Amino acid sequence: MAGLSARRPPTSEGGRSMRAVEASHGIPRTKAPKCFRWEGERELKAKIHVTLKQGILDPQGKAIEHALETLGFKSASNVRVGKYLELDLKETDKAKAEVEVKSMCEKLLANTIIEEYRYELS
Amino acid sequence: MFPGSNCDHDCVHVLSNVLSQKVREVWHKETSLDGLDAVILPGGFSYGDYLRTGAIARFSPVMGAVKHFADHGGMVLGICNGFQILLEAGLLPGAMLRNRSLAFICKDVHVRVENAATPFTGRCESGQILRLPIAHAEGNYYTDPVTLAALQANAQIVFRYCTPDGNITPEANPNGSLDNIAGIRNAEGNVLGLMPHPERCAEEVLGNDDGRLIFLSMLDALKKARLHPKMVGAG
Repeated sequence: MAGLSARRPPTSEGGRSMRAVEASHGIPRTKAPKCFRWEGERELKAKIHVTLKQGILDPQGKAIEHALETLGFKSASNVRVGKYLELDLKETDKAKAEVEVKSMCEKLLANTIIEEYRYELS
Repeated sequence: MFPGSNCDHDCVHVLSNVLSQKVREVWHKETSLDGLDAVILPGGFSYGDYLRTGAIARFSPVMGAVKHFADHGGMVLGICNGFQILLEAGLLPGAMLRNRSLAFICKDVHVRVENAATPFTGRCESGQILRLPIAHAEGNYYTDPVTLAALQANAQIVFRYCTPDGNITPEANPNGSLDNIAGIRNAEGNVLGLMPHPERCAEEVLGNDDGRLIFLSMLDALKKARLHPKMVGAG
């Protein structure tokens, strides 16, 4: 499950790094117990994009557009820079999760005077 | 004061040492502003400016008290990051975008007093030019055309960036701010936000004391309010 594996710290070499061994005084760490859930009761992950509204000048986007042009990427235009947020939800009901994420965006994650947002739940 | 505020002591210094006022430093976790005559939200980088400037600070426990204080006519001044917090909290309309140049701009600018009949500008003449320092990366004020028209119609635009001789030109606009806006007040008149830092130029020894006019105006307004309660928000 993507939602669970994302919470473990990044490791290398088959899931157990040398640093992890050292930190536990030579005793290899055991794997976290796997959680089982009924099909359909999966925790949801929200992937949220926040960008400046169309029509509002995005100076960062403009600067990047010019840099792309200098590099020879003449076909790129209307570059918009935004934020990407990912979060796990305890909610398993998609409709309820949607209401929650929308409220998060309206209240905090986006400033709807200048920004617009979109999200996906999976 | 929020974690990341860094102009709080400048404000305390001006008020207590220069203007001999009693100052209470209020930490962001406090929930009461009882006994205060006016509240100043200082500049800085509250909560590291994560997400957006002022976006996290507006949910600080103290902000509930600031809103309550403002709703009951209390005088609230937001400087720089304090202005950004007031915008995020909805105590003032609009939002801040990155500076047009993308650069953090730290320099003296000139602003024209557009409304001298506020509790924050009573010591100024209408049209007076002040030299004040700015230091910000997000001071590019934006709002929708309807709100802008309302700000203009109600004389809510208090300071605008101008040339040294008082002309409002695109060249005098340091950050791309809509209509050269440097500071606005709310419709009731008791909340003001501005990007320049009056607390950094409020004593002669610094070579510029234009900023002192704003603090002196506030003290005048408070004195008037004590004689005639409910006058604070007038103007």
